[in-house]
Amino acid sequence: METSFAITGKGYVIVAADTTSARSIVKMKIDEDKIKTLSPHLLMAYSGEPGDTVQFAEYVERNIRLYQIRNLYPLRPSAAASWIRRALAESLRSRKPYSVNLLLGGYDTASHDPHLYWIDYLGTMTEVPFAAHGYGSYFALSLLDRYHNPEATIEEGLATLKRCIDEVAKRLVVSPGKYKVKIVDQDGIREVEL
Amino acid sequence: MNSFANRFSTNTTQLHSPEEDNFSDATWGSQAGFGNIAMGVPTFSIPDVADPTSFLQLHTDDHADPNCRIKIQHGTTTLAFRFQGGVIVAVDSRATAGSYVASGTVKKVIEINPYLLGTMAGGAADCQYWETYLGMHCRLHELRNRERISVSAASKYLSNLVYSYKGMGLSMGTMICGWDKTGPAVFYVDSDGTRLKGDLFSVGSGSTFAYGVLDQGYRWDLTDAEAQELGRRSIYAAGHRDAFSGNSCNLYHVKEDGWHFIGNYDISKLHYDGPGDVPGAPEGGYGYDIRVEGLSSANPPEAAASA
Repeated sequence: METSFAITGKGYVIVAADTTSARSIVKMKIDEDKIKTLSPHLLMAYSGEPGDTVQFAEYVERNIRLYQIRNLYPLRPSAAASWIRRALAESLRSRKPYSVNLLLGGYDTASHDPHLYWIDYLGTMTEVPFAAHGYGSYFALSLLDRYHNPEATIEEGLATLKRCIDEVAKRLVVSPGKYKVKIVDQDGIREVEL
Repeated sequence: MNSFANRFSTNTTQLHSPEEDNFSDATWGSQAGFGNIAMGVPTFSIPDVADPTSFLQLHTDDHADPNCRIKIQHGTTTLAFRFQGGVIVAVDSRATAGSYVASGTVKKVIEINPYLLGTMAGGAADCQYWETYLGMHCRLHELRNRERISVSAASKYLSNLVYSYKGMGLSMGTMICGWDKTGPAVFYVDSDGTRLKGDLFSVGSGSTFAYGVLDQGYRWDLTDAEAQELGRRSIYAAGHRDAFSGNSCNLYHVKEDGWHFIGNYDISKLHYDGPGDVPGAPEGGYGYDIRVEGLSSANPPEAAASA
């Protein structure tokens, strides 16, 4: 089962998503990148119905890019989140809705603070200090209630993320193998190896 | 007219069960069990809705399987772990029937005898009855063999017993915990017939949340105070995140001289204020918002901060 995590810290958001792409009981691919870079300071992890996920993520990606081309500046994280949520909510009320869950992590270069939005396929959106989707959330949320620190350094944040991944690996029957981890902060986006 | 209307109106203060308030913390210990006699005539608690019968039908197993009578205790969090200083057993106290919180003062630790504890998850009656029955046979074992029964043997007795009823609707997931010749011991036994020896178990709908905290804080060489704190915190985590667990946490510690009841902790109080003056517990509440109050992830550069 797909799992994704995101954690905010002092001036950054870490977004992590597993890299397996499964169909029925078979792993079709083990190095799929399920975190899209939407703008220089915006990351989106997506999971859900196969097919819908990539279609929706690319639709969002191109529209966010279009905004930047038209206006010469990118949307701020909160504005992007609102637009994406609305896209999902309108889709939900269509003949064939997208079943996609999202974690949106961004760094607001104007106000210098990190933002993390938890969004589900029903169009529920909430801004949170840490978030998870999938079965992993059942183990990680209580752990993060206990260990998350809003002022943690990137090293500490990654250590907390490692705790989540290890806990899921330890307890979840169908635990994912590898994760892709990306960080967004004032310097932009980079991928890190855990 | 007013008095007539009052007679038939739903009076919430009357429906509210008196048991909830009048229990002192002391009754959570071994002397409990006579609570309802001491309080006089027992009364029924009824869901505060227009039609309690159809409400219950909708919110119990009844609607899925008409032959099935009410079976509460579906949501639960129980945990037990073995460490250097004995066994910690911690449970929540909520009983739910569907989305209805049927009780917040359930004793989910069953005191089988002074050296053995059983936990309750699944069918409340099944656990209570069969673990009490297990207690009878443990006593018979003592009388016949002039020796206390081992935790291993007691748990095997229970697992063989429930296995003989397999497929007949028993529902229990329990941890049999105690101290015997071999030291502290924890066995997981369920109504499928599974019996597992181990160091650390958590059972119930909130178990995943408890595991999240428990696994990360667990070491064999925990001190007594640290271990009790870990048990309490793990049940709090489950009570906070799982809708079907909560109300309060009951904590037991099994040592060489048998089990000790450590205390009953209100989960809301744990959230906001913490457990109070208890060894091993830090200052302040367990709640995330309480813990990180005043901290900020914002990272303005020096110039922007001073502006």
